[in-house]
Amino acid sequence: MPPLTRWYIKLALLYLVAALLGGALAAAQRPLGLPAVWAASGPTYIHLLVVGWITGMIFGVAYWMFPKHSPERPRGSNALAIATFALLHGGLLLRAVAEPMHQLQPSSGWGAVLVASAVAQWLAGLGFAVAMWPRVRER
Amino acid sequence: MPRVSAWFVRTALGYLVVGFSLGAWLLAEKGLGSRTALAWALRPAHLEFLLIGWLVQLVMGVALWIFPRFGVPRSAYGSAGLAWSAFVLLNAGVLLVSVAPLLPAGAPLAALGRAIEIAAAAAFAVNLWGRVRPSGLSDI
Repeated sequence: MPPLTRWYIKLALLYLVAALLGGALAAAQRPLGLPAVWAASGPTYIHLLVVGWITGMIFGVAYWMFPKHSPERPRGSNALAIATFALLHGGLLLRAVAEPMHQLQPSSGWGAVLVASAVAQWLAGLGFAVAMWPRVRER
Repeated sequence: MPRVSAWFVRTALGYLVVGFSLGAWLLAEKGLGSRTALAWALRPAHLEFLLIGWLVQLVMGVALWIFPRFGVPRSAYGSAGLAWSAFVLLNAGVLLVSVAPLLPAGAPLAALGRAIEIAAAAAFAVNLWGRVRPSGLSDI
């Protein structure tokens, strides 16, 4: 398994645990009197699960197992693959911090971080599709 | 991979891009503090494109490609008719469910879309069932 796939899968496993922990803390915020930031993390928790765990796992495994791009470059462009990885996880981590903070303090500048997160994750989706498209071949 | 899998996977990649684009728009709207009506009207499409159009469709395409092929009579990949039916029905359902919230009285259309998705799932499940076999190489 290529190193990038190992990074994707290990991070996906961490996101799985973190997302479920975040969901538990959000549910327990009121009964246990936890900080309000946990109650504001609902959409973030869903996206950690769906983007960080499921989509991250798919990106990593597809990069590894899809048909080879060519004998010279079996997985296509390394630069594009690394950029996709960095944008997906960088964007998601920005969101994980900025979304609850923006909800609690709407005029404190966290909104700009959310916009940066949106652009980063959009570019990651585009990068993955561009990288995988030539590897999806009939045989 | 077989032709039908390539169509499933390429279509899934298309939904990934469109679904991520809608999601990025919605997240940017939240960050900018604006509430463009069209963006929020497209939120159900964002969910549908990514959950069914991307995730479910990718899983179907890859499963048809990599599941065991031994012991299946007639065609190594199962029934081509069922596989293509699942592809067409799934995508018709995704489009109907996504468009329905934008239309006045779109609820029946959304219900029809869901029914078509169920038919796609049934066609896929019937086709794949016979390919789920033990390898004999593992204890678990």
